[in-house]
Amino acid sequence: MIWVLDITMLLFLVVCAIAAISIKDLLSAVIILSGYSLIMAIVWVEMHSVDVGFTEAAVGAGITTVLFIATLARTEGRSED
Amino acid sequence: MSRIQESVIIRTVVRIMVPFIELFALYVIMHGSSGPGGGFQGGVIFGAAIILYAMIYGIAEGKKKMSDALDKILASTGLTIYAGTGLLCLFFGGMFLQYGAVPLLPDNPAKVAALLIDLVEIGIGTTVAAVMISLFFDVSPPESEEGELPGYEGVD
Repeated sequence: MIWVLDITMLLFLVVCAIAAISIKDLLSAVIILSGYSLIMAIVWVEMHSVDVGFTEAAVGAGITTVLFIATLARTEGRSED
Repeated sequence: MSRIQESVIIRTVVRIMVPFIELFALYVIMHGSSGPGGGFQGGVIFGAAIILYAMIYGIAEGKKKMSDALDKILASTGLTIYAGTGLLCLFFGGMFLQYGAVPLLPDNPAKVAALLIDLVEIGIGTTVAAVMISLFFDVSPPESEEGELPGYEGVD
């Protein structure tokens, strides 16, 4: 465990999470969520959980983003609240 | 057809990359028992390769490679492989997915277990890939408005 890397990654994680829920443009929120997943995957690998990190990178950063964007193309694309 | 889909660079790169992504997916599936990876991750990567192709070359072109009927067949085939492997162990007197019970190589049950685990992983991978692709085809917009992202243009 490299604690400087861990602290940096966890800080990025919190920033991404807050940005994803507070931003109004939903496409930006989806992309930020994809970045969140990528950082989360790095954190998993850093914690020696390669299998979970692999799944997080493939599902969280890959498929989920594509499905969200495809859904977004059928809806308004902006949050009202 | 959107601007991104007309780009020669993206079309060429996708055409070259898709077979390698699929090969990597098969590698991940087959090495699930001895290293990181497995049926689920490999299946997701395999599905992502087809989704990437369908995104760039159009949903209609993607459905030519992976029709709805083929999706259904593959999804149920994978489930049948998984359940069939488990029931095979039941048939030979073991418990569900107790690989050692199958008397394929009586002197080396570990080898039988490795073989059957790979079979189970292939079943999981097939189902996951087919379900991911059909999920994408179900939520993707119709061909005419594809890539438009209504509500996004003119936002900023």
